Amino acid sequence: MSETRDRIGDTLLAVENVSLAFGGVRALSEVSFEIREHEILAIIGPNGAGKSSMLNVINGFYHPQDGAITYKGNKRKQMRPHHAAATGIARTFQNIALFKGMSTLDNIMTGRLLKMHRNFLWQALYWGPALREEMEHREAAERIIDFLEIQSIRKTPVGRLPYGLQKRVELGRALAAEPDLLLLDEPMAGMNVEEKEDMCRFILDVSDEFGTTIALIEHDMGVVMDISDRVIVLDYGRKIADGTPDEVRGNPAVIDAYLGVSH
Amino acid sequence: MTAPRAFLPWLIAVPVAIGSIGLLFQLLGGLVPSFFFAWGYYFEVLIAGLLQGVMYSLVALGFVLIFKASSIFNFAQGSMALFAALTMVGFMEMGVWWPFAFIISAGVMVLVAVVIERVVLRPLVNQDHIILFMATIGIFYILDGLGQMLWGSDVKVLDIGIPRDPMFALGAIFEGGILINQYDFVAALTGGVLVAVLAVFFQYTRTGRALRAVADDHQAALSVGIPLKTIWVIVWSVAGIVALVAGIIWGGKAGVQFSLALIALKALPVLILGGFTSIPGAIIGGLIIGAGEQVAEVFLGHFVGGAIQDWFAYMLALVFLVFRPQGLFGERIIERV
Ligand SMILES: Nc1ncnc2c1ncn2[C@@H]1O[C@H](COP(=O)(O)OP(=O)(O)OP(=O)(O)O)[C@@H](O)[C@H]1O
Ligand SMILES: [Mg+2]
Repeated sequence: MSETRDRIGDTLLAVENVSLAFGGVRALSEVSFEIREHEILAIIGPNGAGKSSMLNVINGFYHPQDGAITYKGNKRKQMRPHHAAATGIARTFQNIALFKGMSTLDNIMTGRLLKMHRNFLWQALYWGPALREEMEHREAAERIIDFLEIQSIRKTPVGRLPYGLQKRVELGRALAAEPDLLLLDEPMAGMNVEEKEDMCRFILDVSDEFGTTIALIEHDMGVVMDISDRVIVLDYGRKIADGTPDEVRGNPAVIDAYLGVSH
Repeated sequence: MTAPRAFLPWLIAVPVAIGSIGLLFQLLGGLVPSFFFAWGYYFEVLIAGLLQGVMYSLVALGFVLIFKASSIFNFAQGSMALFAALTMVGFMEMGVWWPFAFIISAGVMVLVAVVIERVVLRPLVNQDHIILFMATIGIFYILDGLGQMLWGSDVKVLDIGIPRDPMFALGAIFEGGILINQYDFVAALTGGVLVAVLAVFFQYTRTGRALRAVADDHQAALSVGIPLKTIWVIVWSVAGIVALVAGIIWGGKAGVQFSLALIALKALPVLILGGFTSIPGAIIGGLIIGAGEQVAEVFLGHFVGGAIQDWFAYMLALVFLVFRPQGLFGERIIERV
């Protein structure tokens, strides 16, 4: 269990009656839940349940037809990706979305873009305040690289890295934005046991050291039970359970949902 | 962006290629009486071709910028050059000193970029590439018509005072020296400086990093908060200014007229050679085609009745399409199953 439990605070983000459809496919139906400050929330559910769609709604990739999202006290019908990022929401993707042609360091630096402010004439000269700013951001990026123990691949183009390391770099890029809310879509998918353990440790460390609120999607129940403070379960686009890992584990509806699918 | 290391093989390959073609010609000259060859002359032709090639590179560069950032093949690139050059001439005819006319025209191209983003790109976001391509054909005709409406349809003379007399260089090495067209030389220098400035901009600035990020992965770029729309405006503006420079240089040579809009057709083989997504590729592709067609025309032209220049670039492009469809520097095309 994570030690963040006693730090859990007020609602950071509230999803209210969100419905999302793609043509005839109802990806989300009247889903409501909250994410509280400093907690680690797991979103679980069978394949196609609407988990990724939920994250995409939160960071503005998908625009729901109905419902509202209240983030940091501001209620709106839909988010915009740029606005989400600018107000402290960072994320990773189920199918890694890195800048494959860039090095690990450059990818992480890109995560800091919104934090850089010098106008581009200064940057073009690459001198004076712009250079100083670049250096400050370099240091921040290097701290993240140390934190994630990826010093040795600092200069490697990420397209050449093995899958597990790519996932780690992607986490690094999200952390570089110093987010208040971190959305992780299957951060451990396709990893071996050792890599999963590392990733769990990083996620818990992020929560403990930076107090970052984390919402993650994960299929590995062991991992979910270990690291999350709270779990919500989606099935066919509906929320069927919401509670502590132990409560959710014993919930008959959840057991049905998982036994009912024969993937 | 291709690492500088990728250029190393070129430092060897290019002189070797130039040398062996020269040697081949020398051999031919010995065997075929009607074949004239001299090293000084060969280099003269080669340099003229390379200078011409810089212009091809410049036009291709505009395409690559837009293609990288938005996966759009911008058919309107040529008409952007025409429109920009017409605007420039228009202001100069009003008595505006050319540097000011240049700045105003650059401003007009930024405005064009803003309008294109607002009216064309934004409503069509997430549509198929083919639809966006068709939209750029629309932009082609609109810019073409607008240019004629505003500035008339006569052939215009554009003269910003670049010297046009030939000059002689390297007299110490080659007998009589090498004849270089000063206009082409200044034009190539300008093109080179523009490319260098753009390279620094893309490599080292925050905006440059954002542009590269968008070119690499749209979704990831959005997730780190890069505003796609702003980036599109910047890219189309830069492409517009590149078009302006290309338009001024080409227009200064042959007059500003409709045929300028068709330089896009010359850029296509350059893109096939260099790869649609590579800036170094556009530059080197342009140089190869410029030099290649000039050398082929001058030395081999009279064996096939001349006019090699008209089809050489397309021939070369065809060869590449068959043997190396991704171009010299383009990303390898791999179909994922
Ligand atoms: N962009 C889209 N266009 C059309 N349909 C979509 C789109 N995104 C998701 N869907 C559909 O919405 C439903 C929910 O998909 P989603 O990706 O959210 O599921 P998931 O819970 O993340 O599943 P998985 O565990 O397989 O990742 C699916 O039926 C999917 O086909
Ligand atoms: Mg998913």
